[in-house]
Amino acid sequence: MSAASPKSVLTTPIFKNNPIALQILGICSALAVTTSMSVSLVMTLAVIFVTAFSNLFVSLIRHHIPSSIRIIVQMTIIASLVIVVDQILKAYAYEMSKQLSVFVGLIITNCIVMGRAEGFAMTNTPGMSFLDGIGNGIGYGFILMTVGFFRELLGAGSVFGFTVLQPVQDGGWYVPNGLLLLPPSAFFIIGLIIWVLRSLNPEQVEENEFKMKANTQPKEAV
Amino acid sequence: MAQSNNSIKKILTVAFALCIVCSIIVSTAAVALRSKQQFNQELDRKTNILEVANLYESGMDVNETYESMITPRVVNLETGEYSAEHDPDTYNAFESRRDPAASRTLSGERDPAGLTRVEKYSTVYLVGDPDDPEQIILPIRGQGLWGLMRGFLSVEGDGNTIVGITYYEHAETPGLGGEVNNPRWQAQWEGKEIFDEQGELDPAIRLVKGGASGETEVDALSGATLTSNGVTNMLQFWLSPEGFGDYLARFREGTSQAETQGADVELESEGA
Repeated sequence: MSAASPKSVLTTPIFKNNPIALQILGICSALAVTTSMSVSLVMTLAVIFVTAFSNLFVSLIRHHIPSSIRIIVQMTIIASLVIVVDQILKAYAYEMSKQLSVFVGLIITNCIVMGRAEGFAMTNTPGMSFLDGIGNGIGYGFILMTVGFFRELLGAGSVFGFTVLQPVQDGGWYVPNGLLLLPPSAFFIIGLIIWVLRSLNPEQVEENEFKMKANTQPKEAV
Repeated sequence: MAQSNNSIKKILTVAFALCIVCSIIVSTAAVALRSKQQFNQELDRKTNILEVANLYESGMDVNETYESMITPRVVNLETGEYSAEHDPDTYNAFESRRDPAASRTLSGERDPAGLTRVEKYSTVYLVGDPDDPEQIILPIRGQGLWGLMRGFLSVEGDGNTIVGITYYEHAETPGLGGEVNNPRWQAQWEGKEIFDEQGELDPAIRLVKGGASGETEVDALSGATLTSNGVTNMLQFWLSPEGFGDYLARFREGTSQAETQGADVELESEGA
């Protein structure tokens, strides 16, 4: 860990140590904002900005943060950054901020941001922490964009709002799958992504913590 | 260093300094961007007004079209007359609902839309000639399933035929109640009528499950009974004499009057 190079800090979180796929953090917002790709993209940019700068600022003052109030100090920094992002979106991307609504504010409670601030920025230099924040934001965004791609393509027949599969209601042939516009579909897609990533990197597969016993036989119950 | 970090003095200093710095950053952002945000909200409101009147095309200059087509007027909800007390460009009906002097309380059966308080004066938006408008756009609001829904209803100049409905602020479930903003559902509203033929004051328009029949019925949203009830209730309220009922009645009666008046003027000018 101590010998981490800037490049590995930036790229490891994308496939090898993905915050959503391996650490299973930040699932809630991944379910909520992935109905279309443009919304996912804005959310991704917002999270990259917040993780990068919260890591930077936490790392800058890490020698002065009293350990007894370190969590609330991190939260204050994160919350301030999120409010700034929210204000900027309302001013320059009003339509988008209406679609993202409450989920921009909920970046505050996104475990990825908090996890990186506490787990990485508290013990590393500002430059490395900044890169780590960008890396984890990209890792989060990679999953978001992939999920958003499938949900928008199969649920609405379009990609970034451009129609690819002409839906039936507009005179085309494609019958949109409404399930993919509802949050549970993101669970299925994230599950499939985790499966793919762990098949490619078998070392990500966790050891069983316990062994399942065979089912009870009918005669044992008597 | 590590020990002194946990002294009470250091803890208070760090906490205080952090709060100051963060609050300065947050308030700077809020103040610096406020004018831009208000501009966006205003633009969004105007876009919605144009949309409900079927005047909106993407890429158009919203401000310019709004200025040339739309005339806001303040209406006294009790009498249905225009009011000169408030400037329609600055009066905010939604804010006045909290002001005890400018609003009244509603309760029980008189409050189907769950509003609790309603303003005495409200702003309507007229399309075309303000004295004989092509369309009258009414602000409506009421409780849906999860919260207050705010929108606009556009009515033709006869005070009875609906042009369109739109919601610009709601918290309904996406995919179910959120379908109030589905263009296909909204398209059903065009040509529907608010009142039965008898010319009574209670609005007849409502959402029905399982296939709308007749001029005063619109298909309810599938899977969103409570949102549909909310829409029906808010229309029942805002189009009744408690809301814009008296105001609309002037147009329903006045259509023929305005025509005869116009004819008189013509006769006079011919005589002169």
